[in-house]
Order: sequence, then C-alpha cells, then structure tokens
Amino acid sequence: MEKKIIDDYLKYDSDAGRYVMDPEQEVRDRVEKDYWKMVLRNLVRDWRLYLMLVPMLFIFLCWRYLPMYELLASFKVNLTGTNRVAEMEFVGFSNFYEVMFGSRRMMFWQAFRNTFVLSAYGLLFGFPVPIILALFFNEIKSNAYRSVLQVFTYLPRFISTVIITTLVWMLLSGKGIVPGATPGVISKLLVNLGLISQETAIRGVMYHAEYFRAVYIIQGIWEGAGYGSIVYFAAVIAISPTNYEAAQMDGAGKMQQLRYVVLPAMLSTIVIMLIVRIGALLSIGYETVLLLRHNNTYVTAQVISTLAIDWKDEANVNLATVPEMVNNITSMLLVIGANMISRRVTETSLY
Amino acid sequence: MKRRLEISELIFKILAYFFLTVFALCCLYPFIYAISSAISGKYYVDTNRIILLPKEIQFLAFKAVFENNSFWSNYANTLFLTFFGTIFSLVTSILGGYALSKKRLLFRRVFNFFLVFTMWFSAGVVPQFLNYVATQRVFRDIGIYDDKWMIVIAMGMNAMNIVLLRNAFESVPSEIEEAAIVDGATEFQVLTKVYVPMSKSTIATVGLFFGISRWNGYFWARMMIRNPNEWPLQVYIRNYLENNIWNSDADTIFNNPYAETSIVYAMVVCAIIPILIIYPYIQKYFAKGVNLGGVKE
Repeated sequence: MEKKIIDDYLKYDSDAGRYVMDPEQEVRDRVEKDYWKMVLRNLVRDWRLYLMLVPMLFIFLCWRYLPMYELLASFKVNLTGTNRVAEMEFVGFSNFYEVMFGSRRMMFWQAFRNTFVLSAYGLLFGFPVPIILALFFNEIKSNAYRSVLQVFTYLPRFISTVIITTLVWMLLSGKGIVPGATPGVISKLLVNLGLISQETAIRGVMYHAEYFRAVYIIQGIWEGAGYGSIVYFAAVIAISPTNYEAAQMDGAGKMQQLRYVVLPAMLSTIVIMLIVRIGALLSIGYETVLLLRHNNTYVTAQVISTLAIDWKDEANVNLATVPEMVNNITSMLLVIGANMISRRVTETSLY
Repeated sequence: MKRRLEISELIFKILAYFFLTVFALCCLYPFIYAISSAISGKYYVDTNRIILLPKEIQFLAFKAVFENNSFWSNYANTLFLTFFGTIFSLVTSILGGYALSKKRLLFRRVFNFFLVFTMWFSAGVVPQFLNYVATQRVFRDIGIYDDKWMIVIAMGMNAMNIVLLRNAFESVPSEIEEAAIVDGATEFQVLTKVYVPMSKSTIATVGLFFGISRWNGYFWARMMIRNPNEWPLQVYIRNYLENNIWNSDADTIFNNPYAETSIVYAMVVCAIIPILIIYPYIQKYFAKGVNLGGVKE
C-alpha cells in the first residue's frame, strides 16, 4: 500500500471511531503503524468477543494440549515411582527402541498391522456402500417411503457402542457359555448359508480370531452406511432432472446415465470424503474394538490404542505411550498429505 | 412428456427398492429382536429360539429391571451427564464459534489453527488418561468430589462441531448485525437475538451430536469413575453383561422365572427409548444442518 493512501486514511481517522462497526476500521487497523497499540485498542473495543473465546480456549488447552505434554512420557523413564510425567527422567529413544525392535516388537508390529488392516478393509468395503445407498435413495420417488427408509437406516448411528456391541455379541454368540445353549440367531443363519461351520457357531463366532475383522467391518457398515449416505444424497438430488432427460434423449441406459450424469456431479464429494478417510486411516475407534474383542481374538483385534491401554496396566506409561506416539505422528503425516492432495485436486482445503 | 422406462433403468429401480428395503430391515432387526427377547419366555430365550416375534409373552424381565434400583440411579446419572454435558458443550461451542466467525477478531487464524490442530493430532488414550487423573486430583483439591462434573467439563468438546457452528455464523449477512448494533444491541444480544435464531438448524444438529455422544459415552466414564453408584447407564449395562452373563455360574442363572439375557435386552430397550423418542423430531434438522455445514468452505 502506498504512503499517500495511508495518510488519507489516517486523516480520516480523526472523526471515525464512534461506531463499533466502522467500515474503515479494518483498513485503519491494517495500516496502523504502532502494531501493539492497534492490538490493544482492538482488545479494548472487542473485549466481549475475546471473553467469549476464553472458555473454549481454556478447555482445549487443558484437555487437548496438556495431554500432548503427557505424551512426552514416551521419551522418559520412571525411576522414582512418581505418577507425574514432569518428574520422570529423560532417556531419549530407548523406549522406542525396546518397543519397535526390542522385546516387545512382536506385539507392537502386530497391533500396528491390525490397525492398518482394519482401517484399510474398512475403507475398501465400507467406503462404496454409502455412495450406492445414496444412488438407490435417489431412485425412490415416493417421498414418504424414502423418508421411512432413511429414518431406519440412519438410526444405528445414534445408538451407543455399548448397546451395539452387546447386540453383536448376543446375535452372534448367543450366551456362549451356558451348557446346552445354541448359537445366536445370526450364527445360525450363517451356518445355514454355509459360511461358517456348525462347530464354530456353537463355540461362538466372537471367540474366533479369524472372524474378528469381518465382524468389525460389517458392524461398521451396518452402523454408519445409512448416515454416511446423507452427504452423497445431497450431491445426487442437486442434479437437475433435465440432465437425465437430455441423456435419455441421447439414448443413454442407466449405467451410462450414472457414468456421465451422476458421477461427475458426485465426484468432488467422493474425492473429499475419500481424502478424509485416508487421513483417518490409523485412527481407529478403540471403543468398539475394546468392546468386541476377546482374549482369544487378540491376534487380529489388538490395535494400537488397545495395546496402549493394556500396557498402561501391565507395563508402565512410558512404554504405553510409545505406540501412541508412533501412531499419532504417522496419522498426522497422513492427514497433512491428504490435505495437500485435496488442495491440488479439488482446490478446497479440508481444514 | 412421459416416456417408457428403459429396461436398464427398470432393473436399477427394482434393485434400489429391494436392497434399500432389505438394508432398512437389517438396521431395524436387532432392535426388534431385543424387544422380542426381552418379553419372551425363559425357555425360548435360553435356547435362542426367538427369531423375530416374541414367544410366550411375559414382562417379568422388565419388572425385574424396573425394580432394580442401581439401574435407575445409573439412569439418572446418564440423564444428568446428558443434560448438563450438552448444555455446557453447546454454550461453550456457540460462544467460541461466534467469536471465531468474526473477521474483526485479531489472531483469528491463530485461534482457528489452535482448534483445528486437535483434529490432526490427538494425544491418544494413555496421555489423556494421565491428564484426566491429574484433572481429577485438581477437582478434588478445589472441593468437587463428584466425578460427573469432571466428565461434563473436561470431556466431549469437539473441534468439528465448533467449525460447523463457525461456518453457520459466518453465513449470516453482516448487515443484519450492523443494523442490530445501530439499534443499540450489545455484543451478547447480537449473538442471542440475531445469530442464534438464524442458525437454528445447525445449532440443533450440533446439540444433537453433543447429546448423543453424552448419552452414549462409555469408555472415559468407566476409566474415571470408581464408584458404581456414579456410573452412567452404558457402563452399568456392559458391566452387567460381563459379570452376570459371561462370568456367572450356570446354576445361579436357572433360578429366575425369566432368562438372564432377557434382563440385558430389557436394559437395552430402556436405554434406547429416549433416543427413539427424540430422534424423529430432530432427524429432519440434522440432515439439513449437516448439508449446510458441509457445503460451506
């Protein structure tokens, strides 16, 4: 900005300032020579606004940022039996070495692999389902029937993890341990379909490590697909009917309509959601895993967060925070990478 | 101009009707099954003979749950956490989101980054646990012995929800605010009389998100609350499942006139009824609110 313009605005300054919403205020702020004087005047003028920020900032500082300091326990060792991270002895990377290459490496890499595999399968099988649901919802022209279907399919998203996992246990394994008990309803169905053996069903599907991933992912789809379709459905119904008509005039079948009319309209939403999912690849919902796993299924069910929870009790917090540190750094890199790609591809930054 | 459906369109439509109906029924089935099992006879539940409809209807399991005092005291705890937790989170988020939506706020980018960074990088379970233990100590020091307040204040804030509110407030035209200020409204009045009414659907959505997550909260309540009388409902149900269903002797189970699992189903039904009651009213709001929040950027 040139000197002359600045002077103009400064001259104009003398009689302004009576109104809080003075339109020149911002310009004047920007060209103010004494930066801190401007800051101070802003604080005085908008003190109510800053006061409104305080509770939120306080909560985030105390319960989102202070835990990041506790994460530094992974670089420390507890010599005095204290439970304060600040009083522990700094040792550098020796905890990391022990967890990643030392005596605990098997457990760590198993959990790391499980986390990654569960997320990747969840992405592979779970990601297309809401899109397909949205396309199907669009086919149903009766508003009343569609609303009913939507109400039903969104519902599981609002039921607690505890209740959903309880139902999963009950439906799959029945009571399991009671003598003479037969397997749960879904297990019986699976036996009839020939997907699992009778023996497996009686011993309980949930006690078999090889089925954990399938259970977890199907449970996730059942819970989240209907709700996840909202955002895609919004993109689909925004398409003008004339586009379909034009395509039909040109003799396009349904698949061609989907390919040339619907897909282009949904593409940006799909790309954004995909990038969000890739960014969240390593942050798996530990609550669900914790409630669905069993002593027999740790081989496939142990993920980073649950491993950390276990180690907190059986070893110490210094070792328990190491997997989380590794996980957090990796997933932050994924998020930043995904965000960069998003900026390139869709010209919108997600965050 | 009406035109005949092409064969491919017809097939797609039939597929859509078929799969959506099946999927919707699948979404509903576990809940119907839970209700049926809760009110069926002991023999049928114990041998897993309930498929869809109840057999030999009786309400003894519900009666047992209704007479269970600790269940209802835990229910009251959940109501407490949901009510105060939602109000606390919502008020704090509205204030913060409103301030962040103002262009004249200095260091706006810094504050935004402060918020959004927590979406990129969260400390993880164990550091959070250490932090909450320290918080508990501080709360005890200042004389708050009820852990429920700690859960209300320390947990459940969500950067995403604040961003949704911020975006909604940003989309309110600034002329309206100016008009209100010329009429002599204070900052707080501008927020409560102009911005809040104009962003009702987003606020309803975010309030619903907070309320649902408070009602459903399990893990931290289990980790932080030692006294079983202070537990919320979810912890009680899971604990009941672990201790009375999985780890109990077969002998003790067979004494009751109802199946022991019917108790769990009855509790499940009691726990989801409040959600089922409010859900249809808010359902139309959140579809709208989510779209509004998503479109903006």
